Amino acid sequence: MSQITHEPPDRQLLTLEVNGEAHEVLVESRRTLVDVLRHDLGLTGTHVGCEHGICGACTVLIDGAPARACLTFAAQAEGSAVETVESLDGGGGGSAPGRRLSDLQQAFTEHHALQCGFCTPGFLMLAEGHLAEQPAPSREEIREVVAANLCRCTGYQTIVDAIEDCAARRRAATSEEGPCN
Amino acid sequence: MKPAPFTYHRARDLDGATRLLVELEAREEDPKVLAGGQSLVAMMNFRLARPAHLVDIGRLDCLRGIHTDADGALHLGALTTHHQVERAPAELLGRGHAVLRDAMRWVGHLPIRTRGTVGGSLAHADATAEWCLLATLLDAELVVHGGGGRRRVPAAEFFLGYYTTALGADELLTEVVFPREAPHAALTEFAQRHGDFATVAAAVDLELAADGRTVCGGRVALGGVAALPVRVPEAEAVLARGDTAGDALFAACGQAAAEAVDPPSDDAGSAGYRRRLARTLVVQACEEAFAR
Ligand SMILES: Cc1cc2nc3c(=O)[nH]c(=O)nc-3n(C[C@H](O)[C@H](O)[C@H](O)COP(=O)(O)OP(=O)(O)OC[C@H]3O[C@@H](n4cnc5c(N)ncnc54)[C@H](O)[C@@H]3O)c2cc1C
Ligand code: FES
Ligand code: FES
Repeated sequence: MSQITHEPPDRQLLTLEVNGEAHEVLVESRRTLVDVLRHDLGLTGTHVGCEHGICGACTVLIDGAPARACLTFAAQAEGSAVETVESLDGGGGGSAPGRRLSDLQQAFTEHHALQCGFCTPGFLMLAEGHLAEQPAPSREEIREVVAANLCRCTGYQTIVDAIEDCAARRRAATSEEGPCN
Repeated sequence: MKPAPFTYHRARDLDGATRLLVELEAREEDPKVLAGGQSLVAMMNFRLARPAHLVDIGRLDCLRGIHTDADGALHLGALTTHHQVERAPAELLGRGHAVLRDAMRWVGHLPIRTRGTVGGSLAHADATAEWCLLATLLDAELVVHGGGGRRRVPAAEFFLGYYTTALGADELLTEVVFPREAPHAALTEFAQRHGDFATVAAAVDLELAADGRTVCGGRVALGGVAALPVRVPEAEAVLARGDTAGDALFAACGQAAAEAVDPPSDDAGSAGYRRRLARTLVVQACEEAFAR
């Protein structure tokens, strides 16, 4: 006679706000945010490398701050605003092919800040989070921040160049508009 | 890897959280507190930890924040993140506690610091963790809630060994209190890779005489030379001699620290290497503390 030897896994019905949209998911409690994004919501832009916080490929914004989606259970993100690389938008309409790259993505392209591109979504979200808090970072500060993520291709200089350039352009754009616009 | 299955509980208030912990512990259900998850989730992904229940305290906003009480003691709620301390404005965290703010750059990286908490670091009790070293250096008190009520544990009695503290399995750390200001204190460290846990970390708190040049006492603490962060009385005795601040005094202090410790040898460094690191880092911490 067969016996049930294990209990059914604990599950959670969660409402997650991702890129401004509410999603309902029913997932095992042990599901990490990065797995929910990729497997349940189909948002495969966020990558997974190490699953222990070292590589930064899974970096997303949680309430505006860069965070490791592999070190966060999805249940912990309920009630917070999550933003992934899919939220970056340079205008030109909803989805590809009409949609344009965001200014930061454009800067990464211009400065050759990616080769294989595996690390890029993580670096983009890391940079977005940092620039939101510090719109005028020094080169030294940018170097310090990007040390959080691993890139095995570029050697980092071009990533630093791209972020520095994007920050400078954003500042120039705001000062042209003036503080009251 | 993926973590093993567990039952998730979201705490709604402090009493509910401690009641649940007491209950689960009484039934030997192996509960663990989940704060920022920056150590625990990594360990669960590795399956180094397989708790049957997680009690997520992340929504207990009463445990988040920084304030100074009427006696001038600085209180940090257990859920205050490393990044909140790093970005704390001077009104909240004044010159007397700037050493805490400045030490944060050594804790992992920005995306770790935005989620990882002060209380989680102290409860995790890594022997080289910056918060454990700072609490030891500055005689912090840890406020603990549990089935038995509320108690305050001095840092010197809180850390018991590798990843081991005086916290019971059914207890929550609610805040850490730094009782006095330390305007001439500094922490420095060496890690093999930027952002990693330190191989050796050193922290120094100097007492300066009114002339601003004579050192009349001080404290020296080291991480990475024993199973828990330690004070080094031999090095503190050098600072208590009443000498003028400067290379000779700081070198003697570093030398005394290196001779006093008996560090372990492991992959990150041999005992001799750690001893030399201890000497160099104590000298650096003295210089930085004096320059404040
Ligand atoms: C890549 C990387 C690099 C890192 N580098 C460093 C570093 O250089 N220095 C450093 O100090 N840390 C470092 N960390 C760890 C980080 O600081 C963690 O934030 C911290 O150790 C734990 O805090 P947490 O809030 O994430 O706790 P969690 O991971 O949620 O919990 C850690 C442990 O503490 C217990 N716990 C948590 N909160 C409480 C509470 N209030 N009461 C009782 N028990 C509690 C949990 O049950 C668990 O056992 C690093 C982490 C990563 C992933
Ligand atoms: S997958 Fe999250 S840090 Fe590597
Ligand atoms: S571009 Fe290949 S890892 Fe960064």
